Amino acid sequence: MQLSRDALLHAYRRMATIRAFEERLHEEIKTGQIAGFTHLYCGQEAAAVGVCEHLADDDYIVSTHRGHGHCIAKGCDVKGMMKEIYGRRDGICKGKAGSMHIADISIGMLGANGIVGAGAPQAVGAAMAAKLDGKGKVSIAFSGDGACNQGTTFEAMNMAVVTKAPCIFVFENNHYSEHTGVEYAVGTARDIASRAEAFGMKVWRANGSDFFDTYEAMADLLAYVRGGGGPAAIELDTERFYGHFEGDPQRYRGPGELERIREQRDCLKSFRARVSAEGLLDLADLDAIDAEVAQLIEEATTEAQAAPAPDPSEVADDVYVSY
Amino acid sequence: MTVMSIRDAINHTLHAEMERDPNVVVLGEDIVGGNGTAGGPEAIGGIWGATGGLYAKFGPDRVIDTPISESAIVGAAAGLALAGKRPVAELMFADFIGVSLDQLWNQMAKFRYMFGGKTTCPAVVRMIYGAGMNAAAQHSQSVYALLTAMPGLKVVMPASPADAKGLLTEAIRGDDPVMFFEHKALFTMKGEVPDGDYRIPFGQARLTREGGDVTIVTCGRMVSFSEKAADNLAAEGIGCDVIDLRTTSPMDEEAILDSVEATGRIVIVDESPPRCSLAADIAALAANKAFTALKAPPQMVTGPHSPIPFARELEKAWVPSPAGIEDAVRRTLAFR
Repeated sequence: MQLSRDALLHAYRRMATIRAFEERLHEEIKTGQIAGFTHLYCGQEAAAVGVCEHLADDDYIVSTHRGHGHCIAKGCDVKGMMKEIYGRRDGICKGKAGSMHIADISIGMLGANGIVGAGAPQAVGAAMAAKLDGKGKVSIAFSGDGACNQGTTFEAMNMAVVTKAPCIFVFENNHYSEHTGVEYAVGTARDIASRAEAFGMKVWRANGSDFFDTYEAMADLLAYVRGGGGPAAIELDTERFYGHFEGDPQRYRGPGELERIREQRDCLKSFRARVSAEGLLDLADLDAIDAEVAQLIEEATTEAQAAPAPDPSEVADDVYVSY
Repeated sequence: MTVMSIRDAINHTLHAEMERDPNVVVLGEDIVGGNGTAGGPEAIGGIWGATGGLYAKFGPDRVIDTPISESAIVGAAAGLALAGKRPVAELMFADFIGVSLDQLWNQMAKFRYMFGGKTTCPAVVRMIYGAGMNAAAQHSQSVYALLTAMPGLKVVMPASPADAKGLLTEAIRGDDPVMFFEHKALFTMKGEVPDGDYRIPFGQARLTREGGDVTIVTCGRMVSFSEKAADNLAAEGIGCDVIDLRTTSPMDEEAILDSVEATGRIVIVDESPPRCSLAADIAALAANKAFTALKAPPQMVTGPHSPIPFARELEKAWVPSPAGIEDAVRRTLAFR
């Protein structure tokens, strides 16, 4: 599969933006300015971007507690996200969401979620709506290897199959359900996709730490779903470079593990290596994107830090449309 | 007496009860932590530190580290209890009862009644609750009112290390299902804890301040907030009784009514939205059973009728404050 130069640059920009956003948060959280629980997506960028580069604004995604990458990949405003994570009034959700509940319904990003496994049934509902609308839209349920053990996820898979809803279950297997290994917590640790298969779905498997592998598998999968084949699932094998949440001591990691996955499973490195080896892009173009992204994240951070806090009088605003 | 934190009091009690009774088992997600990883079991020792050391001592059949599957965690606790064990399940956040509610509401709470009194379900569900960590709408709630409303469940929320030990011991040894609420902002609170066997019967409130002008009824983290308000008011010559309910099902009505009969004024402090809340329940109790003693309308100090927001400024505005409690006390005294 040959992507255009523009498509390659766009995908790289999105992945680099996620990386820079998360690396900056990792530093800023240490200063104590950011409240609450933050779960970073570093290391999994190719999964979100390899999926979302195929989507339009009117396709839907439902995310997880580790949602920043999905948000950025779907096109959420980066500055609005940063302000949200800082708890600012002009944040994308007015400071009500924080890291864990960022959403932008206007571009089909139906929400990060603090409840593991809560998203998949909602993705099925959005897929039912897409089917009703008849415009060929699809809905993506991002889930981790943790959420694949929730009953909600099982129910959602079966319901998608029996209703032939155009729902795609994307299982990002980063090998850790919070602090417990996938080998312990998931009965089919080495093959979560087989669960979806057992529910009657066609499934794909790809390297979620490689943009091209994920992107190409998703192209094939989406042709099947958009062609009316019904729901489908993909398991993406990937790695998270940080802990379950910021502050996690990660004592469950093996010696040298973090260094190894950064060395061997960094999607930005593998992207650069491939486009360079195949002569698809000049690395200077990617360096230029890196510089622009760095500038964007710097601005997003300083603007978020300087932005006004919500007024306490806003605490009970937006509970209802009318009441 | 030994000085320890609420976290350590809970951990100490779990160790003691598991040693005492081989039928006591614990289960929950990441209560061991590190299973299936290079770091190995107990690499974490429980997210909240409350279950540390149990796995090494009692092994995987009694310290059951589960996948992230809250419905099955609570359902398995129900089944363990029906089969003669004394499970202590952990919900990492009380908000997760949303995932497991059927197993509490339609199952555990009703077994004994539905089965004609011929069974017991001695399960304890420990759940970590409350605001104060900017954990936003799905990780900050105090859902005790919902569970207090369910016939068949007992509902407990310790506000001191000694109570954590005494009430958890009682919960584990009792034969009814117990919802045991641990406030995430209180885990580090230190205090003296009685050594040896220590049980606190349910339904016995604790009078933590004696004043005589106004009755403050509260529980959980709001006990220390109410004590702070009472101490500030005492400096102005206003005396408050502060009643820590300890358990909301059963609830010590007598302690509340005795105080209200003497003061005629009641303020209820409840870390939850106001509608169908513990505060509303106790206000109704005062109106129904102490009507002639009341000199002023009951005052409820609660959060607003909204989810709990993320931003620091908003969460602070949501949670009842000592200043807000003082204002409510003054309002009830100003009523003529």
